[in-house]
Amino acid sequence: MTIAQRILASRVGREVKVGEIVEVDVDLAMSHDNAALVIRQFEQIGIDRVWDPTRIVIILDHRAPSESIKTSVGHKKIREFVQRQGINNFFDIGYGICHQVMIEEGFSAPGKVIVGTDSHTTSHGAVGSFATGIGATEMAGVWATGRIWFRVPPTIRIDITGRFPYRVVAKDLILKIIGMMGADGAQYKAVEFHGPLSDSLPLNERIVLSNLSMEMGAKVAIFKTEKVVPDQDAEYEQRVAVDVSDLPPQIACPHQVDNVRPVAELSGTKIDQVVIGSCTNGRIEDLREAWEVLKEGRVAKGVRLIVVPASRRIYLQALSEGIIEGMVERGAVVINPGCGPCLGAHQGLLAPGERCLATTNRNFKGRMGSPEAEIYLGSPYTAAATALTGRITDPSQL
Amino acid sequence: MILRGRVIKLGDNIDTDQIYPGRYLPITEPVEMAGHAFEGIISDFLQRAKGSIIVAGKNFGCGSSREQAATALKWAGIVAVVAESFARIFFRNAINQGLPAIIGHHLDRINEGDELRIDLHLGKIEDLTTGESYPGDPLPDFLLAIIEAGGLIEKLKRSLGGG
Repeated sequence: MTIAQRILASRVGREVKVGEIVEVDVDLAMSHDNAALVIRQFEQIGIDRVWDPTRIVIILDHRAPSESIKTSVGHKKIREFVQRQGINNFFDIGYGICHQVMIEEGFSAPGKVIVGTDSHTTSHGAVGSFATGIGATEMAGVWATGRIWFRVPPTIRIDITGRFPYRVVAKDLILKIIGMMGADGAQYKAVEFHGPLSDSLPLNERIVLSNLSMEMGAKVAIFKTEKVVPDQDAEYEQRVAVDVSDLPPQIACPHQVDNVRPVAELSGTKIDQVVIGSCTNGRIEDLREAWEVLKEGRVAKGVRLIVVPASRRIYLQALSEGIIEGMVERGAVVINPGCGPCLGAHQGLLAPGERCLATTNRNFKGRMGSPEAEIYLGSPYTAAATALTGRITDPSQL
Repeated sequence: MILRGRVIKLGDNIDTDQIYPGRYLPITEPVEMAGHAFEGIISDFLQRAKGSIIVAGKNFGCGSSREQAATALKWAGIVAVVAESFARIFFRNAINQGLPAIIGHHLDRINEGDELRIDLHLGKIEDLTTGESYPGDPLPDFLLAIIEAGGLIEKLKRSLGGG
């Protein structure tokens, strides 16, 4: 059995086969601002108490602080609900992005079954969890019963070898993989990362791979851990091998994440806004990489650079390293931990005709504001290099 | 369960940001959500939605887990979504909202405005305008039960609720 199969099998107490439907207990049920909608649905069911308040985690990050009265009403409803239900794992605005906070606080762990009302819940595969996104109504069902059904997914094994070239990082690698596989290349499937490079990747880079695997449709995207490894004779539906040794920096062009090209091919394209942050690339390592490039100059005239640390801990770390001060001095706008403008809610929406380069995870039409704006996705290195010049810039050439 | 409706034809990889823009996520009332379906993307969608069936290519509903995408379509009057394939979270959300989501094959031969008839139990899709029929994947019984109950909440109300 693959890792995904083994985790599900451990829940049902027997071997599981690809394609069969199993019902399992949930270890952790995570929600963010959309908990307001989950509560609305939960209250319609007609039961008073959630199944287990210690297994529910709620983190306000999508619109933090609230950008509208409607959101404020939702946040208030959530605060009252967690109080009433005794849900202690509640993180109000300011802690940071749900996935980052879950991992920092040690909720995510090998072998756990985690569901979240956020598609990038696949992130927790980085620490070995079977973690996936669901909708608010389904979450209301989990709050009521503690259980959920899954079709046992086939697994794609991705073997990664080689050494990253200068200023090429996990973001470039996963964009390359998504470009190869397509936006539905891992639809309904589990992804398992193997190979010498995967095994040696630090946690922050693992999170990037698990997080963005969602953009090729993955149900879960898991790294092996000492606790959970695949069987020797595990059956994989597909095997993919990638050597990063000659990989140049990659960029996803409008309006699909699988529309991937080398950054150099887009070189010179004028950019109005650069965003560095999100659950994909808002960690301290990302900010350090961006700073390494940015400190050599300042934000180009006519460019808005928005920097969003993914959590309070990261924010404080970046402050203590002088990164925040340096970035602000050089023209960046540093905003509070949270999802920021990634999902087009607030804090930097795009006008028609504008172009943005972001380290975030989606470049869909209208994602960050006007449907007539364009979004490009790249690494923190590429983002910082682009902020310096005002044009899409290959950071390995600086 | 037999469904009928006129076709609104869409392409591949229709993402949930197009179906329901992120700026409207704080809305929790379905009727209000419906007013923003495909806003800025398909200008006359709301006028055409009522009683219609969306026929799309592969990976319909990719992207965000926002179930408002499915809810907005349902409350805008969409009868069902037929696609070559669905993004997994959208598929679950649609079923949980009581919006039938059916995987069909060779859908490129279906035209905008055609009248469709779908037998949910058999997974059979008939184009009444052209007289052709298309194979679809029948939904498992436990998912049909959710649709027939009118969604997951209605089903849970019956099994768990006191009311």
